Amino acid sequence: MATDEDGALPIVLVHRPANFHFPFKDRLETQFRLLDPFDSDPPESTHSFFSRHAASVRVLLCVDPEPISGDLISLLPNLHLIVCSSAGVDHVDLQECRRRSIAVTSAGKAFSPDVADLAVGLLIDVLRRVSAGDRYVRARLWARNGEYQLGSKLGGKRVGIVGLGSIGTEIAKRLESFGCAISYNSRKKKPYVHFPWHKNVYDLAINSDILVVCCALTEETHHMINKDVMTALGKEGVIINVGRGDLIDEKELVQLLVIGELGGAGLDVFENEPDVPEELFGLNNVVLSPHCAVATPECFDALEELITANLKAYFSSNPLQSLVEFE
Amino acid sequence: MAVESQSHPSQNHLPYVLILNKPPPAFLIFGDHFYNSPKFHFLKAYESPLPLPQFLLAHAQSVRAILSSGSAPVTADTIRLLPHLRLVVTTSQGLNHIDLAECRRRGIAVAGAGNIYSPDCADSVVGLLIDVLRKISAANCFVKQGLWPSQGDYPLGFKLGGKRVGIVGLGSIGSEVAKRLEAFGCSISYNSRNKKPLVPYPFYPNVVELAANCDVLVISCALTDETHHLINKEVLSALGKDGVIVNIARGSIIDEKELVRCLVEGEIRGAGLDVFEHEPDVPVELFALDNVVMSPHNAVFTRESLEELRKIVVGNLEAFFANEPLLTPVCLDDQPHFSG
Repeated sequence: MATDEDGALPIVLVHRPANFHFPFKDRLETQFRLLDPFDSDPPESTHSFFSRHAASVRVLLCVDPEPISGDLISLLPNLHLIVCSSAGVDHVDLQECRRRSIAVTSAGKAFSPDVADLAVGLLIDVLRRVSAGDRYVRARLWARNGEYQLGSKLGGKRVGIVGLGSIGTEIAKRLESFGCAISYNSRKKKPYVHFPWHKNVYDLAINSDILVVCCALTEETHHMINKDVMTALGKEGVIINVGRGDLIDEKELVQLLVIGELGGAGLDVFENEPDVPEELFGLNNVVLSPHCAVATPECFDALEELITANLKAYFSSNPLQSLVEFE
Repeated sequence: MAVESQSHPSQNHLPYVLILNKPPPAFLIFGDHFYNSPKFHFLKAYESPLPLPQFLLAHAQSVRAILSSGSAPVTADTIRLLPHLRLVVTTSQGLNHIDLAECRRRGIAVAGAGNIYSPDCADSVVGLLIDVLRKISAANCFVKQGLWPSQGDYPLGFKLGGKRVGIVGLGSIGSEVAKRLEAFGCSISYNSRNKKPLVPYPFYPNVVELAANCDVLVISCALTDETHHLINKEVLSALGKDGVIVNIARGSIIDEKELVRCLVEGEIRGAGLDVFEHEPDVPVELFALDNVVMSPHNAVFTRESLEELRKIVVGNLEAFFANEPLLTPVCLDDQPHFSG
């Protein structure tokens, strides 16, 4: 492994949530010297720890969802690279990174198939009442009350994908095999994509039965799915969100679901995780998932591989993978 | 209102279609006008206080057609009491409740649901499978019980992509399942009565070998004498600790007691089950397991498929009475026997 001038392992500063269990720390430590504020003895604040090690830090490993603000970045004058552990990078001050020419890498496409699988699973669940039916059987209501409520066919439904990136593309591929009609909205029309593009989310919603939200969270996309969009989707409309909670005006969403002005929802993300609006708990047409779209062992293996590869690449001056493009 | 003593055609000379001792599911969901047509009337045995054999005797001369559903079997005994019976139309996908050999012997035509259920059934298979692997129902309960803030992250699920899926019975439903799971990056293989020449997936001549080479077993074959308890201890053992089974066909294709034991003892990873040996009774041991997802035999039931079914049922009956070809005839020469 490439080492620095005096033969020591290259230094990587770690910024993570306090209670985070770091699964591949041991393996990383065979190749890099990890500086982690939570390992310091006596205990030290992140601010103080960063300042103390600032001179030697060129790379930061940022474990989501721990945010990395402009203030923290400004403590590290020699920072060249932030390696993130998630597909979303809305918790990183990208403007500051661009200003300082700090490269940022994400989990890229490593998670996309598993997120897509969950999005489709949530959609089938809402339309065909899988969770509700399972509860019905377990409550012994099948024997007592007979047939459960009918579901709704997936084939032929118009699905509007909000954000046709890596995840959106994987979702489209799957839903096409079910006979759904796909269209999308994204910042720019994509030249080689045959699905119809709508220039804004409202137009997409008017022309869809289902909205699948899987775009990045930015200033522009915050609360993009608002009351107008959800009303345009209609009373039978279904929303699936595997992006970020803040993409949807959650208060409005809950209100519409409670009064029956929206057909159903499958949600993996929320505005204030792990707090979820309790009004949703009693709704059979709503399926809730505790932000685990990426929670498979294979995802974590792929992530470890990607993070390790990027750290090695940086220190040996090789190209990085899954670089985040600044707007 | 049923007229017990009447054994001649109705007043406006419309032919009768007999419904046996249970109404079809669509009647319970939509009302008993669901299959109405100006071309025939229904004779509803389930509305009569008479036991079925007496009801049949009373109406034997007027019945040329039966509308059956899975819960109302058409047995040889029933058929023998109806000398003018020429057609059985069933609302179900399965045919195991009809004595097909007796129908073939007497030249009675059978019309089924065709392929209308296949896409919805396949959607259910995929839904159940993703749910078992990614723990969707269990995690939904977790969140709705308010446990996320206090108990932290939910246990990991398992990736679907790359799983080897073995389809038992590559008919219309099995093919739709294969098409969908390929889009998820699964690899498909199958077992059927005969190898299918134009199909690109690897064929295994017996189910044990299929199970030994798969991570997921999907049951989408017919229930016959040969397939009764086809999925037994040997097959489940071959499937193994990481294996998942999904059954949307008939409960009795699986040795249910053995399946329950394997699930309880962790000898297979999980199961998605739409059908059971003694519906609507479900083995209570399954209620304690969060690696099992159950549905109340409704893999085929969507509003849209029932509307399609309505057209096919009415269409078949109207065609029959007009001496026109049936819409979805079942080829009886091809059917294996089920002794029931």
